[in-house]
Amino acid sequence: MNDSLPVAALRRIGAVTVFLAQIVARIGPALARPGLIVRQIYNAGARSLVIIMLSGMFVGMVLGLLGFDVFQRFGSEDYVGVLAALGNLKVLGPVLTALLFAGRAGTSLTSEIGLMKSTEQLTAMQMMAVDPVRYVVVPRFLGGFIAMPLLAATFTVIALYGAQLIGVQQMGVDSGAYWSQTQAAVDLHDVWEGVVKSLVFGVAVSLVAVYEGYHSEPTPEGVGLATTRTVVVSSVLVLLLNYLLTAAFLKTH
Amino acid sequence: MKNTRSLEIGTGLFVLLGFAALAFLTTQLPGASLKFGSGPEGYAVTADFDNVGDLKAGSPVTMAGVTIGRVESIRVNQQKFKAEVVLRIENQYSQIPDDSDASIQTAGLLGGKYIGIGPGGSETFLKQGGQIEFTQSAIVLESLINKLFANMASKGPDQQPAQSPPAGNGQEQK
Repeated sequence: MNDSLPVAALRRIGAVTVFLAQIVARIGPALARPGLIVRQIYNAGARSLVIIMLSGMFVGMVLGLLGFDVFQRFGSEDYVGVLAALGNLKVLGPVLTALLFAGRAGTSLTSEIGLMKSTEQLTAMQMMAVDPVRYVVVPRFLGGFIAMPLLAATFTVIALYGAQLIGVQQMGVDSGAYWSQTQAAVDLHDVWEGVVKSLVFGVAVSLVAVYEGYHSEPTPEGVGLATTRTVVVSSVLVLLLNYLLTAAFLKTH
Repeated sequence: MKNTRSLEIGTGLFVLLGFAALAFLTTQLPGASLKFGSGPEGYAVTADFDNVGDLKAGSPVTMAGVTIGRVESIRVNQQKFKAEVVLRIENQYSQIPDDSDASIQTAGLLGGKYIGIGPGGSETFLKQGGQIEFTQSAIVLESLINKLFANMASKGPDQQPAQSPPAGNGQEQK
């Protein structure tokens, strides 16, 4: 506990990696109980759907508004669709979904596991020779991992609709030109980039959330701190990973 | 159990929705020639162009600046080596003279291409399956610049002798 800051950071990274290895090693056995995973997909995914769709709608509408305002100056309003499609597919969709997901689902994962720990439910499971990582942590991790790309895809589609609503319906961009420009500019590669990003973010956010919960101090204050750390760490991690992935995809393109 | 059932239905709906969104993104968005908006209403006419530039299926067809239809398809005619463009024009615009001309124009400085129809003077009108004979290709910026440079290059040597009085072809510059 009295390590210097760099050593403490290194130790933390190591601990998270070890925890990830523990989780991965138990994915096989955990699949024998699909009911637990379905419940977590419901908790992490289905219950986040409304906030994701609402946010996607407004993000798309804002892009339509801003894009129209900027492109109008060059007389090329048709490109609003290109901006909205590429911006959402490659960056905004996965990143904003991951940030919302960290706030909506990540926090509930951390506090749930943290509370289980502070009420000694996890210890009780161990006493009965039941592996808490396998029955508590892995289903939650997998649920987040599966839900995240689906949420990101939903977000993106809704955002495209929102941009179309403003660009075509309100601002009067020609719908044929709008969609033909968009389809010409978007490549399968761009869709793929968004999917890979959302998968990576899903691992990152879910891992941070379950790690913080499982390693929280078993006190009310400790659970609160762990929940805060989940949001802070996973948000920064998502933005950092987003930069790295964007750079990597630019190189390979 | 009632509880498990509604949970599973909710999860199923969510997963289905997510995959539907993914399917939409992968199949409909990239380059597919999907037709949005109005279906195949209106009548089709063809026009052959030497060069369509980056005209695309779905681009508007306009007359006097008003959209009257859309580009339905573009393909190369291998006998004539020209681009054969099928235009779908709305039924309400049924009185377009059959000697009208079609030209490919650009919206704004950087905008997308569209087809502008200039009316002719004929008494007979374009019908389903008709052909627009007079067409003007897209202006390709590169060839325009090439022409400009070619012009400058051919003028260049002419101007040199014009500065030295004995040359005869200085006349031509005037």
